[in-house]
Amino acid sequence: MDRHRRALSAAGRAAAVVLPVAFLAVFFAWPLGAILARSLVVDGRPDVPLDVLTDSTTRDVAWFTLWQATVSTVLTLLAGLPLAWALARFRFPGRSVIEALVLVPFVLPTVVVATAFVALLPDDIERSVWAILLAHVFFNVAVVVRVVGAFWAGLDQRLWDAAATLGASPAERQLRLTAPLLAPALASAASIVFLFCFTSFGVILILGGPRYATLETEIYNQAARLFDLRTAAALGLLQLAAVAAAVLVSGRLERRLGGGRRRSGAARRPAGGERVAVAVVVVGSLGLLALPPLALVLRSLQVGTGYGLDHFTALAHETPALFVAPWHAILNSLLFSTAATAIALAVGIPAAVAVASGRRGLDVALMLPLGASAAMLGFGFLLAFDDPPLDLRSSPAIVPLAQALVALPFVVRSLVPALRAVDARMREAAAVLGATPAQVRREIELPLLARPLAVAAGLAFAVSLGEFGATVFLVRADWPTVPVAIFRFLGRPGEGNVGAAMALCVVLMALVAAVALVSERALVRGRPR
Amino acid sequence: MTPCHLRIARRAVTLVTTVVVAAVALAASACGGDEAAPKDVVLVTHDSFAVSKTVRQAFERESGLTLKILQGGDANEVLNRALLTAGDPQGDVVFGIDDSVLSRALEGDLLEEYRSPELSSLQADFGNPDPHVTPIDHGEVCLNVDRGWFASHDVPPPTSLGDLVLDRYRNLLVVENPATSSPGLAFLLATVATYGDPGWETYWRALRANGVRVVDGWEEAYTQQFSGASGSPGKRPIVVSYASSPAAEVIFASKPPTTAPTAAVEDGCYRQVEYAGILRGAHNEDGAKQLIDFMLSERFQADVPGSMFVYPVRADVPLPEEFVKHAIVPRDPLQLPPAEVDANRDRWVARWTDIVVR
Repeated sequence: MDRHRRALSAAGRAAAVVLPVAFLAVFFAWPLGAILARSLVVDGRPDVPLDVLTDSTTRDVAWFTLWQATVSTVLTLLAGLPLAWALARFRFPGRSVIEALVLVPFVLPTVVVATAFVALLPDDIERSVWAILLAHVFFNVAVVVRVVGAFWAGLDQRLWDAAATLGASPAERQLRLTAPLLAPALASAASIVFLFCFTSFGVILILGGPRYATLETEIYNQAARLFDLRTAAALGLLQLAAVAAAVLVSGRLERRLGGGRRRSGAARRPAGGERVAVAVVVVGSLGLLALPPLALVLRSLQVGTGYGLDHFTALAHETPALFVAPWHAILNSLLFSTAATAIALAVGIPAAVAVASGRRGLDVALMLPLGASAAMLGFGFLLAFDDPPLDLRSSPAIVPLAQALVALPFVVRSLVPALRAVDARMREAAAVLGATPAQVRREIELPLLARPLAVAAGLAFAVSLGEFGATVFLVRADWPTVPVAIFRFLGRPGEGNVGAAMALCVVLMALVAAVALVSERALVRGRPR
Repeated sequence: MTPCHLRIARRAVTLVTTVVVAAVALAASACGGDEAAPKDVVLVTHDSFAVSKTVRQAFERESGLTLKILQGGDANEVLNRALLTAGDPQGDVVFGIDDSVLSRALEGDLLEEYRSPELSSLQADFGNPDPHVTPIDHGEVCLNVDRGWFASHDVPPPTSLGDLVLDRYRNLLVVENPATSSPGLAFLLATVATYGDPGWETYWRALRANGVRVVDGWEEAYTQQFSGASGSPGKRPIVVSYASSPAAEVIFASKPPTTAPTAAVEDGCYRQVEYAGILRGAHNEDGAKQLIDFMLSERFQADVPGSMFVYPVRADVPLPEEFVKHAIVPRDPLQLPPAEVDANRDRWVARWTDIVVR
């Protein structure tokens, strides 16, 4: 009986590895391999682009990429932690609405955020490296709030109470208790933010102007514009290697740091001085996060010299910018993102289980899609998927697949720290009481993971909804998503087009906030707090 | 575990399962749809392609074919994708190859020869192209000025490229980066055509000294930096855009004004002719020919200004009223031979980057 059970769980563990590996092999390794082979094999012999890698331009670009990603990550952590604390630790009116609103910046297309930033920032900052850093913080603060917040909320509150009883000052409690306990979630969030900034594209192109280049923008430049595939492939490999190294380091950190045990955390009403602190943090963070979206809402309501809803009602009508009435884009986006979220969860949940039980190689492999240049991968898709049964080049199915690839790391990153922190003794106790591994998973792990799962689903949906780089490359003209439609409208002169773009931005923001709210409610309702 | 936990767990499992099933169904229906309709013709084109619904339906009705459109990137990126998949193309027809990339397209052995019978109806400038490509429209990249700004500041708007280096136009001009933008490249070529090579370098040094602002693409330049675009927060009253942009400002205004808020400057306009071609290895070569003939038909050509804000190549197609009133058709636009552009483009752009940006 016992041996039988162990064999079953071994089979389960194998299955948890096979699905994500197969998914990555088909939709990542194969297309990437196809474009690398095309770029770096000349007459059947490998052509090693060492000269590109040792070039001084490459060194400058790589240095700037590393520098801006590091600074952006530190700033994002600093900006996100206070809000993560307030949301994880306390109950107050409007808390779930704020949690949902935090996701909004995350889905906004870079063109749109850049638009808002250009409108808000003074002229001399607008085109400096500060604009890039600020935009990165604005985009990624949701990752810190959500990933760290979900973990924080699950920590056992009694530890703080005990520390306080033992005479630890508030500062001591934060430094000696909170920081070490949160470390794995911090490492997790920091690694996602770092990778996002490291591979940042739109923000650098638009806010950096022609003066700043990162590896990602330079790869795009070489591949899509100059069609120098050799240089592009060399830089692409450099970027992949850097990303893999970053993932390895953060994975090691996360494991070494251990972290706190999970119980149902107890969010409570803030008392006394806490009330002031929470209010300052929430109002301050929201104020900063809300400014760019508010600028967009205002612009969407501007009709001629007055205000009105004309740009929203116009979404019902056909216009030359798109091949369908703009509201179709909203349906398409919901459809694609739902499918992408489903795929990302179906692949990501077993993957997270496998990673949490020690498959480090898989961990790195799962993060790599974030490090691959969208332009190179897009080219790879064109080369790889040209024959049945994977003749996907003109099929709408390719869109959710590509979006799932981008969303997958978020699912895994949200789940792994929580999975690792599930108290081993709880599992053992259940096993002693006669529970099968499946029962343990269903009745102990899943309920404890409800909140991180909701976070994962919300992030995956948001990422898919806002995904632009791969979608615009792959989607058919009759199936535009909202970001693609916004891009097409912004590409045309005239008030009606700019207005439609702004109205769609507002719709996109509303969509993601609503979905985040609903998914979290559906999964977390009834949970003891 | 409490029953409450169980319920949440079950709910989570049900949710995930439902969504997976929905995703598979979506993927299956999408694939199924493609196989059930073999009579397709696939057009590979850039972001700016557009056609009215009725015109597209007319083609589908008359030919019995379904027109699929794959859209993405600018002309240059479309060409590079086509080069990448040469011989095993994504579609049947490519549209949007312009003069600046034409010779690369021809050298890349991408296209089948085809001479449409409709070629005889084109304006004299366009009637005799290379047999691998068919001209479909032409756009004119021109300086646009904000009339309101110049009226209220009591400064005459510039009328030539040479004016832009004058002190009274200091810090007023915004242009697109030729390395990343198609109108940006056209404007650089306009200065090369006007001042010669390397005379254009002196001109750009003077522009830089006079405070030209460079941005990444047309969207940022026109909708963010240019003060004349409706709703724009921009502060610069001169921008590189198209000859047709003033007409768009009228057509898309919530209350169409009697005079356009902006105007195109006729001097220094650069012509971009856009071509279509049949991709070598096309699955539906016959359909591809029908599509190209259709794109030269009166119906499609008359739709070109209203949909894509460029000009028809046919001789017998009148322009829409707004274009006649508010846009210009430059009489003598600048153009460089495609071979010369192709041979020098990368060098010019690199030099330009050194002079203007670094």
